[in-house]
Amino acid sequence: MPDSTVAGLHHQEIQHPELLHHFATAEQQRNSASLGMWVFLATELMFFGGLFCAYLIYRHWYFADFAAASKSISMPLGATNTAVLICSSLTVVLAVWAAQTARRTLLLITLAATMLLGLTFLGIKGIEYRQKFVEHHVPGASFSFDHEEIPGHPGQYANPSHAQIFFSLYFVMTGLHALHMIIGLGIFLWLFLMAWNGRFSPEYHTPIEIGGLYWHFVDIVWIYLFPLLYLIDRHA
Amino acid sequence: MSDSTRAEHSSDHSSEHSKSPLPGYFAVFIALLIGTGLTVFAATLDLGAFNAPVALGIATVKATLVALFFMHVYHASEKLTKLVVIGAIFFLLLLLGLTMTDYATRLWS
Repeated sequence: MPDSTVAGLHHQEIQHPELLHHFATAEQQRNSASLGMWVFLATELMFFGGLFCAYLIYRHWYFADFAAASKSISMPLGATNTAVLICSSLTVVLAVWAAQTARRTLLLITLAATMLLGLTFLGIKGIEYRQKFVEHHVPGASFSFDHEEIPGHPGQYANPSHAQIFFSLYFVMTGLHALHMIIGLGIFLWLFLMAWNGRFSPEYHTPIEIGGLYWHFVDIVWIYLFPLLYLIDRHA
Repeated sequence: MSDSTRAEHSSDHSSEHSKSPLPGYFAVFIALLIGTGLTVFAATLDLGAFNAPVALGIATVKATLVALFFMHVYHASEKLTKLVVIGAIFFLLLLLGLTMTDYATRLWS
């Protein structure tokens, strides 16, 4: 009996201060945190899923008008932003790896690079939004989409009120995505400050993994938004 | 007892870190960039009815790569994590699939 008490005390001694008492091991704690994040991401998937569903229905109904409206948003800017987000996903996995292998400088650099790439994405998004305001493609009283040809059908013009539905979906979907990017930037700033204060170690880096899961999810949403919004019927 | 759990742990860790995941990460990164280029290129081709399926197919391959390797689903030790991922995708497909089978077959409208 006294033996087991000693073993118990010894066990307490070696455990990491971040290990909460209701978990048996650090690994169990990590797995629980990651599972909880995945459940949250499942709700996020349904959240965006509703918008994707609305998009699919209207695209099915007003395909030609959607194609004309899609052609008016900048494909090079959208493609650049896709590449920017893919680069940021790479810096995030490198950050997780740096935390796992106790490389503090690399961890700080990759976290900072992720934030920089996130800001680049939002900057490019801002340029795109500005163009839409200048062209009066923002849904509302000053919306105008007259005499815009339907791709592949010369002489046929898109119905402005149907095009307005495309732009409404464009702004809501990319806007909600941009909001997630802004929240992601806040999370990564917090992670950067924690890393700066030396809070992470190979034994404890759950926040970086969890924050990384969020960032990758936002990247995946964009992977679908890019072809759906920017690339309808580009060949004509 | 504590020694045995510790030993188990350290062996666990060494097997995890015995080979670096970095080459895999960079391979996925390159594949994602190639996929983006491919989507842009495919959009400029006239594939008739297949433009959208091709674009969505490439996007799905890219999303799967991100989930499996960047989000560590492939190496997840927790089977429950995989179940949540599959469940989430299943219900999303249910939402999109059943809605579209309705709207796409309303021939009278």
